[in-house]
Amino acid sequence: MAVSAARVAARRVSNGAFVVFCYLVTAIALLFLAAVLWTLISKGVGGFSADTFTMDTPPAGSRGGLRNAITGSIMLCGLAMLIALVFGILAGTWLAEYAGNSRYGSAVRFINDMLLSAPSILIGLFVWYLLVANIIGHFSGIAGSVALALLAVPVIARTTEDVLRLQPTSLRESGIALGTPFWTVVRKILWRSAGSGILTGVLLAFARISGETAPLLFTALSNQFQSFDMGHEIASLPVVMFNDALSAYDDLQRLAWAAALLVSAAVLGVTIFARFMSRERKST
Amino acid sequence: MNTLAPETFDVSVARVSTRPVKLDVQELDFFYGKTHALKGVSMPFAEKGVTALIGPSGCGKSTLLRVLNRMYALYPGQRATGRIMLDGEDILRPGVNLSMLRARIGMVFQKPTPFPMSIYDNVAFGVRLYETLPKAEMDARVEDSLRRAALWDEVKDQLAASGLGLSGGQQQRLCVARGIAVKPEILLLDEPTSALDPISSAKLEETVTQLKADYTIIIVTHNLGQAARVSDYTGFMYLGELVEFGETGDIFTKPATKRASDYITGRFG
Repeated sequence: MAVSAARVAARRVSNGAFVVFCYLVTAIALLFLAAVLWTLISKGVGGFSADTFTMDTPPAGSRGGLRNAITGSIMLCGLAMLIALVFGILAGTWLAEYAGNSRYGSAVRFINDMLLSAPSILIGLFVWYLLVANIIGHFSGIAGSVALALLAVPVIARTTEDVLRLQPTSLRESGIALGTPFWTVVRKILWRSAGSGILTGVLLAFARISGETAPLLFTALSNQFQSFDMGHEIASLPVVMFNDALSAYDDLQRLAWAAALLVSAAVLGVTIFARFMSRERKST
Repeated sequence: MNTLAPETFDVSVARVSTRPVKLDVQELDFFYGKTHALKGVSMPFAEKGVTALIGPSGCGKSTLLRVLNRMYALYPGQRATGRIMLDGEDILRPGVNLSMLRARIGMVFQKPTPFPMSIYDNVAFGVRLYETLPKAEMDARVEDSLRRAALWDEVKDQLAASGLGLSGGQQQRLCVARGIAVKPEILLLDEPTSALDPISSAKLEETVTQLKADYTIIIVTHNLGQAARVSDYTGFMYLGELVEFGETGDIFTKPATKRASDYITGRFG
């Protein structure tokens, strides 16, 4: 007989076992994620008050909030993302559309992949040596943003290259067939077509840098007071978290948890907002 | 032409008798790197007529099309030798402005390739590259192009909607509209209906028939019925050579070569 009933039955069993295994492993991963979230929310919510948004980081035992760290983080990440967007998208576009299989292109691609997995503390050290110790001469928000940008660029470049490569050749050629200059094809057709993919890369990069502490310790340092001067030390949520969580004082630790919750909520909020915007744009 | 179907056909006598020649391919050789894909192809394309290119897969018909608007120039390692005279000027000559050339020679691809933008912007895209039109004139151009592509009635109320939301057949006609909006003289169609259902294909064929009053159309197709229906002239290609060329009626009813006859009757290909 061509069809063996026993073999079919055995296949069903092994299939079932594999599915159960997959569910189990997923459940374990989700369990840990839930535990992290639960700790974050239960400990973080308690640290919130009106002061959180209106007062600067306090010394132990006095009233205070996270205002300086919030504005600092927004500025540091904002400038970093601005730098990273320009370099990351252009580099990724060059890799996908212009570099081809040239030796130089392969070298850039290889180095970008290395940067992608570079330890952030190393980036911090590099920027510290370059900007803080030599060019600028002191800690500054600009140095902090440059360090964060260096972490974001490879992520954006890589995803931009990948999604551009996914665009069909016929889309490029139909732009060219109208007599469109290639650079215009890239800007007006390919970038748009790859938009949501590039956006994913940008969000990943933002999520990565918004929690980075090590590179900021070397560059932006921190600041007890609110400052909008990117030329000098600036506070940030991760560094406040790092300092306060390690302190011996309950009130500072509560503030650190609040900062942690704030960072997570910000990443989540920005992601949802961006997804929503890109869906809106697509449907029109 | 000899009706007794001799074994060979002298393609050097390929002529279009009744109309002026718009595009004249002379002694064209084409190489993908070391692969010799077109071998000494000489072929006239009649003005304001439809010429079909048929032949089995890999025979070079799409390659010929991609040489005609110099699409191959995108890729290093691909090169063409010979002459292609467009209104008496050789478009293979170095120094030809490719943007201007492609404005005169439009192309529609096998799979629909709407741009990720509104229907209106899809059609206006090419126009904006060459002309700055006041809104009213642009509106008129977009409408005219969509009408010629037989799509206007279906999309006139949703011009601001994304071109990606249309059906496959509509997308393909949108691509035709986009191509003719820049007012080209020649339209290249590379198997334009191979990804479409029969009804959409029929509509597109109808569009082609209407367009030939104003444009020189060259269509590559695997669908012999389509070639017979829409074209005035047909070239049969095989292994990179033009095997036979003539009026479509002649090619389909009394092919001069055995190969063309075998292909048309379905004995190979």
